[in-house]
Amino acid sequence: MPWTKIQADETGRPGIFGAATAAVRELSYRDAIREALAQALERDSSVFLIGEGIDDPGGVFGTTVGLVDRFGPDRVMDSPIAENGMTGVAIGAAMTGMRPVFIHMRVDFLPMCMDQLVNHAAKWSYMTAGRVKVPLTIRAIIGRGWGSAAQHSQSLQALFAHIPGLQVLMPASPYDAKGMLLASIAGDRPTLIIEHRWLYDQKEDVPEKPYFVPSGRGLVRRIGGDITIVATSYMVYEALRAASELEKSGISAEVVDLRSLQPLDETIIIDSVKKTGRLIVADTGWKACGISAEVAAIAAEHCHRALKAPVRRITLPATPTPACYELEKAYYPTHEDIIRSVKELL
Amino acid sequence: MLTIRLLEEKVAALYSEQEIKCPIHLCTGQEAIAAGVCFHLKKEDTIFSTHRSHGHCIAKGMDLKPLVAELYGRTNGCARGKGGSMHLVDPENGIPGTTAIVGGCIPLAVGGALSARLKGGKDLVSVAFFGDGAMDEGSFHESMNFASLKKLPVIFVCENNFYATNSPQRARHPQVEIVGRAKGYGMPGIAADGNDVQAVYHAAEEAVSRARNGKGPTLLEFKTYRWKGHVGPTPDVASGCRPAAEYEAWMRKCPVDRFTDELLKGAILTRQEMDRVIAEINTRIDEAMEYGKSGARPSPSELYDHVW
Repeated sequence: MPWTKIQADETGRPGIFGAATAAVRELSYRDAIREALAQALERDSSVFLIGEGIDDPGGVFGTTVGLVDRFGPDRVMDSPIAENGMTGVAIGAAMTGMRPVFIHMRVDFLPMCMDQLVNHAAKWSYMTAGRVKVPLTIRAIIGRGWGSAAQHSQSLQALFAHIPGLQVLMPASPYDAKGMLLASIAGDRPTLIIEHRWLYDQKEDVPEKPYFVPSGRGLVRRIGGDITIVATSYMVYEALRAASELEKSGISAEVVDLRSLQPLDETIIIDSVKKTGRLIVADTGWKACGISAEVAAIAAEHCHRALKAPVRRITLPATPTPACYELEKAYYPTHEDIIRSVKELL
Repeated sequence: MLTIRLLEEKVAALYSEQEIKCPIHLCTGQEAIAAGVCFHLKKEDTIFSTHRSHGHCIAKGMDLKPLVAELYGRTNGCARGKGGSMHLVDPENGIPGTTAIVGGCIPLAVGGALSARLKGGKDLVSVAFFGDGAMDEGSFHESMNFASLKKLPVIFVCENNFYATNSPQRARHPQVEIVGRAKGYGMPGIAADGNDVQAVYHAAEEAVSRARNGKGPTLLEFKTYRWKGHVGPTPDVASGCRPAAEYEAWMRKCPVDRFTDELLKGAILTRQEMDRVIAEINTRIDEAMEYGKSGARPSPSELYDHVW
């Protein structure tokens, strides 16, 4: 297997959005993804990319720029706008020896693929007692702002994290974006990686050589003792900003980046909540039946005696996304909402 | 064809014992299509099929023992009892999966063909088996479009038995001639009598040859008739699901009898030889039944295995 050449590299890992050091390059989230794709294509001939417009000059917000010139249209393949059918095609290719990466410019296009994702990709391993695997990686991007409105900005991770057999990842940092993408391409699980458009310009140290970031493991991004803020994707950034502000008021907040929603790292949540006794969950999605509900339930099930205050959830309001600036501004929670909730709990 | 018929008759006969504890969708009456198409396939060629897949899997070369054991839900079944009748699998014989979602297998087969193309080297093909019900689904359109666009080595095999569960085709399609749809995708379509195994053989030969030679996909339409109900071991005519006259007319067009008669009349086989073939098949079926019934039942601890 070509993948055996890739070794996980745990060195040079800074905190999220850390500054570059002399030893390691600083790379944007966007470029970390592109580098991972290029390295996967270089190392394993069974890897190919497919998706509508991935060979455009814009290259899916820059994440696939130049790849078609390097690897050719058979391995960086433009696709008809046929999300469900093409997901089936990618699954069929994965079941017969390939490692496709299917790329969607918006998460909002994934509901079109529900049949193939939920009924097929998530089921083949189980239905065949592990005889058939689906090493398929799907990338989908959450949009935000500039009037993206109700159908170009959704954060639908909870819909997919509900399904056993479907791995759902939300890397928040460039380091994780590269390592999780490579690990999922090299792994045998059908994996949905949800990226947030607002993370694309974030930079941090990213090793050049390939490495894996495993699924099922969250990461403590900031150590604290007074309250735990469990966050996903872009909300990790808002949580870290809130924690910095709170420090000025003498409040020590611990920030946990979930990173992997299915499988979910229950231990990291439980350990942190038992330590701090307080929990706020900040998710990019909606509240009802969402990731924040799952995290809160884990705390309720395992940390009942440790909790000193009610759990609070920072999520989107229960409405579709509005287009105009004023309503959009009111729609998205920020670090200020997190700070307010923290102060109410302490 | 005869193996499929005799095995399914045995399964239907034993179903009332309630030892096969899963829904069964029998293809009795439709065997000629599986046999005629799969005759042209190599072991490494892939087929993707549906909830009604016993015939396709047998014709593709799947061993009867793990097939039957899977119906019985035993650990010596092809999926250790986790798939059941609707999800037979045998990757080593080119059967990566069978799906019970109508239309679901069509894009998967196109993916199998894409895989064959990208790997290069061998002239492998991929086959999608589906019914007229799958023509209602968007995945059919999406798959035909992409396969033709990329000239992929895939054969779309529509077994038109005129019913999706109990809904007649005329209640679902404004245009009942399925083969004509190929034209819209710039792809050849061939229609043949699905109860005539030789007609199926010749149509499939042309389609497989095109695919192997890089000329792209073909849509095959074979009209046929399902003898049993949509699900279960018995016919559904008495319950009013289908007209009795229609059913009777199709029962007179049995594909197995027709080919047997041709073999005997053409003196290709004697009655004696035919009886010997039947006896051999029945022995294999009895062995498979014994293998399935005697297999170990899974321990509850297996519940969490194989999710990933």
